[in-house]
Amino acid sequence: MANPDALAGTEGPLYAPRKGVYPKKVDGNFRRLKWLIMGITLAIYYGTPWIRWDRGPYAPDQAVLIDLANRRFYMFQIEIWPHEFYYVAGLLIMAGIGLFLVTSAVGRAWCGYACPQTVWTDLFQHVDRLIDGDRNAQIRLANGPWTAEKIARRAAKYAIYLSIAFWTGGAWIMYFADAPTLTRDFWAGDAAFIAYGTVAALTATTFVLGGFMREQVCIYMCPWPRIQTAMMDEKSLLVTYKDWRGEPRGSLKKALAHPGSLGDCVDCNQCVAVCPTGIDIREGPQIGCITCALCIDACDTVMAQVGRPRGLIDYCALDDVAVEKAGGTAPPLLKTLMRPRLMVYLAIWSAIGVTMLFSLGERTRLDLAVQHERSPLYVQLSDGMIRNNYTLKLRNMEARPRKVAITVTGLPGAQLWTENGSRSTASQRVEMTISPDSVTRVRLFVAAPAQGPVRQDFTIATIGRDGDPRGDDDTIQFDRPEAQ
Amino acid sequence: MSDKSRIDEPTGTSTVGHEWDGIEELNTPLPRWWLWSFYACIAWAAVYVVLYPAWPMVNSATRGVLQWSSRDDLEREMASHGAKRAPITNAIAALPIAALPGKPELLEAAIQGGSAAFKVHCVQCHGAGGAGVVGLYPSLTDDDWLWGGDLAAIETTLTHGIRNPDHAETRMNVMPAFGRDAILDAASINDLVSHVRVISRQEKPSASSARGATLFEANCVACHGTNGEGIRELGGPRLTDAVWLYGGSREALAKTIHNPRNGVMPRWNDKLDAATIKMLSAYVHSLGGGEDAPAPVRAAAPEGEADNG
Repeated sequence: MANPDALAGTEGPLYAPRKGVYPKKVDGNFRRLKWLIMGITLAIYYGTPWIRWDRGPYAPDQAVLIDLANRRFYMFQIEIWPHEFYYVAGLLIMAGIGLFLVTSAVGRAWCGYACPQTVWTDLFQHVDRLIDGDRNAQIRLANGPWTAEKIARRAAKYAIYLSIAFWTGGAWIMYFADAPTLTRDFWAGDAAFIAYGTVAALTATTFVLGGFMREQVCIYMCPWPRIQTAMMDEKSLLVTYKDWRGEPRGSLKKALAHPGSLGDCVDCNQCVAVCPTGIDIREGPQIGCITCALCIDACDTVMAQVGRPRGLIDYCALDDVAVEKAGGTAPPLLKTLMRPRLMVYLAIWSAIGVTMLFSLGERTRLDLAVQHERSPLYVQLSDGMIRNNYTLKLRNMEARPRKVAITVTGLPGAQLWTENGSRSTASQRVEMTISPDSVTRVRLFVAAPAQGPVRQDFTIATIGRDGDPRGDDDTIQFDRPEAQ
Repeated sequence: MSDKSRIDEPTGTSTVGHEWDGIEELNTPLPRWWLWSFYACIAWAAVYVVLYPAWPMVNSATRGVLQWSSRDDLEREMASHGAKRAPITNAIAALPIAALPGKPELLEAAIQGGSAAFKVHCVQCHGAGGAGVVGLYPSLTDDDWLWGGDLAAIETTLTHGIRNPDHAETRMNVMPAFGRDAILDAASINDLVSHVRVISRQEKPSASSARGATLFEANCVACHGTNGEGIRELGGPRLTDAVWLYGGSREALAKTIHNPRNGVMPRWNDKLDAATIKMLSAYVHSLGGGEDAPAPVRAAAPEGEADNG
């Protein structure tokens, strides 16, 4: 690659090389919160597929399972069928509105704490510190020559990166098949190609995005920071350097020499040193800030050491900035949070959630869909009656075989039989046993007297015959030839 | 335009020099990795052009070093599918058709395969779903069968066809052209029509139908049976039911007696293999009018359990 300066004419440089980011170790309340959230999110991600959930002999016993081959989605006692995909759509809408809610309340908290890119970058940065040492050692090593020690450290670090990345890719596929079986098959070489392919792809992306791209993903690739800037308002929390208190900045020595001439910022640069995206928060709010609040921890530590009040860098809404600049006291956080916009988001979010829970509780697990066969619309039978054919799809969404009956109403003199019966056994109802957790296709033959309307609406219903009579019905036409 | 570019003070980045109502665009340099990815894509495209069909020529594209083609893929897939289906097809071919209902999974496969073959070979006359065409081709979905509606009878009809003069085993009968060949005069045909309308309960008995009954006994019973109930073995249609291939009105019946159609169905044993014919038979049998075999082949499956899903 050519030297950027050589290519730089009046148009500016062709590209900008990445500036290394070597965040320094820091401790404090927000760091501990990040540890906690990292622990919980990683535990959920790696652990969930291994939770067992007994559903009886006809359904898998994995608590969370996206069974693509059989088109089922299991989540604890909830089982979603493809035609109920609107529940998944509802969950996605809730996730979207949840992000609106969180963003307008506490700004980019998602970016700072819970985003997978943040969590894995954080994890990889801990690996950096473990192998290479803290910030200064890392910088020294990065700028130093390729000695045997550097090669050894790099090899060790990338090996750990790779194993984390592989573990991450490996955990992903466990959501799509029975985890213990798949693990065995995976190592025995018996798993599907797609399993190996997915693991390879996710290992590669985790290795590259977590190990090397890091903040570049947030700044250049991710659309979310840009959407969020449009969703925040002057009451959303931002990590703010309180320049009215900190400026003019100067070292402690200078401040002691000229009391009263300098602000609280001692220009120790710790806020920059700990930043995982390598920005200087003192330049004001910016797209590179993921609001992880580690600079708050760093600054609070320094302020405690020099005996000044904490919070020179702190979560602060734009409205509070104006109030504090004018010398007032910002309203308490709870009051800022109880504003109409957030209440509306919360109300919509909860309404969708409650509606989905309610309909989950109310849905029947025996479903009927009827299709009138159109070729031919009707059949003239030799005894003068007319037969229509219907294709029934009986969905038994329970993990047990069901005894069901099919009946018709609104079609006097009707005789029903299925492809497994014959007209000699036809009667007003058909009984059958349908397989658990599956769709049974049934061809239903319905014969009725020729006298009647050319097109007559009637109802085909299915009911449970094993204690739970709830079922489903469908209104459909019976066609007859036009009178000659 | 670019001479208007200037350094934007808050960011320290130069602008591109365009300006729309005071809105300017920063000329932020690309990150280096993006540029690398871009060059990598170009390199990949060059490799792809060499490996795969890419460059359009007069008749086709360049084949590429890997010689890949989607047609080869299709051929391979079809072959592997055929190999996968072979055990089922062979089992169906080896099984006497009357035993097919005893093997539900083979029967199901046969109906599926027959449904596909029907769309290729049969719909031209019998229509989609075997609906037939009134006045031309019989419906295969009703319960009225000229030559028998059990699996074996349907298979025989499909194998040997109907009225194929070049084939000794074909289903054969011919209805005389009573009117055209002047066997009966118009008044007699009118009386016969009255009788047929009476035995099919479309008309009340009359003097004309009484005369027709005598004519019927003299001319028709050999094929249509004493009471017009039809004779399956001879392919003599039943005249007492509600199903009429060429119509049951006075005009249609008179036309049939005057000049019968004697419709022809091709035999399929010279075009289709035995397995396909069996599958087609199973499919036609499943359309709603299929009859049980006269011999008790399904004795293993009692009627009462037959409707258990």
